[in-house]
Amino acid sequence: MDFTLKIWRQKNAKAKGKFVTYNLKDVSSNCSFLEMLDILNEQLVHQNEEPVVFDTDCREGICGLCSLYINGRPHGPDDAITTCQLHMRKFKDGDIIVVEPWRARPFPVIKDLMVDRTAFDAIIQEGGFISVNTGGAPDANAIIIPKEAAELSMDAAACIGCGACVAACKNASAMLFVSAKVSHFALLPQGKPEAKERVRKMVAKMDELGFGNCTNTFACEVECPKLISVSTIARMNREFLWAKIG
Amino acid sequence: MNFSFLRFSSITKKIWMSLLGLFLMVFLILHLGINLCLLRKDPTWFNDAAYFMGTNYVIKVFEVILFGGFIFHILVGIILQLRNWRSRPVRYKINPRTDTPFFTKYMIYTGAVVFIFLVIHLMNFYFIKLGWKESPVPSLPNGHPDFYVVARWLFSQPFYTVLYIVFIIVLGVHLYHSFRAAFQSLGLNHKSYNSSIETFGIVYSIVIPLGYILIPIYYLI
Repeated sequence: MDFTLKIWRQKNAKAKGKFVTYNLKDVSSNCSFLEMLDILNEQLVHQNEEPVVFDTDCREGICGLCSLYINGRPHGPDDAITTCQLHMRKFKDGDIIVVEPWRARPFPVIKDLMVDRTAFDAIIQEGGFISVNTGGAPDANAIIIPKEAAELSMDAAACIGCGACVAACKNASAMLFVSAKVSHFALLPQGKPEAKERVRKMVAKMDELGFGNCTNTFACEVECPKLISVSTIARMNREFLWAKIG
Repeated sequence: MNFSFLRFSSITKKIWMSLLGLFLMVFLILHLGINLCLLRKDPTWFNDAAYFMGTNYVIKVFEVILFGGFIFHILVGIILQLRNWRSRPVRYKINPRTDTPFFTKYMIYTGAVVFIFLVIHLMNFYFIKLGWKESPVPSLPNGHPDFYVVARWLFSQPFYTVLYIVFIIVLGVHLYHSFRAAFQSLGLNHKSYNSSIETFGIVYSIVIPLGYILIPIYYLI
């Protein structure tokens, strides 16, 4: 397959970026999108040009590192996947593919397609944990957890913090990410003692970092590679309300 | 004036937006109930209702809450939107292709159009009630403005009628997203009730504007 790639190139956070067009020929339809970028980078290295910088790690859809805004969609034209799980067979031969970095004030571009997502780490540091003294492993049945609560909590825990929700939202809101972390703990008995403090602090940090507000377009849910539901946002709103008035 | 509400968290602002929005939606039903009196040839019902709304002390208290609600809803909406624009200083170069409901993305714009309509509406009716503007038609024998005739006079003008219908359609678009969104912002999202909430919101956003549009259409016919 042959492709024309229009890739955002930016030397550093302060430099003014621009799209650079590359032509790539004879790409296997079984290539993943990131493998296709690897091929491009090999080509660029052979031509003595600087390779395109992009985030990548596990390449099996669990680390959340690969980002990329491809043809107007975070993680490209497929549902419930990360960019590393996107394959070139999803495109047509001869397609023009436009690749941009995540765009959000709290996610500044480091270089080319790589953005700084430490804003998410800062939110996690505010309450994305439970404070317990470690010790001997407790008996698995010592704390009874209703099946539905356990399942909902695990659904929320599936969030890999990739930032697609922020990238997809027209307001660059991080509500889906924060609500997934809040829900993950709030649903479990181990997380309940700190639930109020957690939601207050995480929401305050989210606001402080400059993420936008949720206007309920639900674009985040559509683009989430782990299918986190917007019902977690509603749960966070409830938790926040109770934390304020309770 | 105390501007401390400006420091409210994003969720607090959303909760206020939702509560005020739902309050204003209830008011729209009440207002429509009075407006439908215009369909009668006898002006008594409409003018009696207008007289009651203009003189009753309980209503006067609600009037203050209503105006406060409108102003707060608009102000908080603007504050939220300004933050949303700031949160993405560099826009994407190609248009987003994420599949989301069309009208959900334009709430601030439909809200702005509704605000313009509100100002025109107040100038045409409320300003006359306050005595800030002279009524275009003679007053009632008791000295109160004859709003029945004012309304009929306004709807006899094609330009105003078309403008009114367009504004009400935009209001319907604004309401289309509002109901479900208000429940979501208040944390009221449950798989057993979501479809009912959504259906009610859609029915409300169609039926209420249709009720308002029915009056000028009736006069045109």
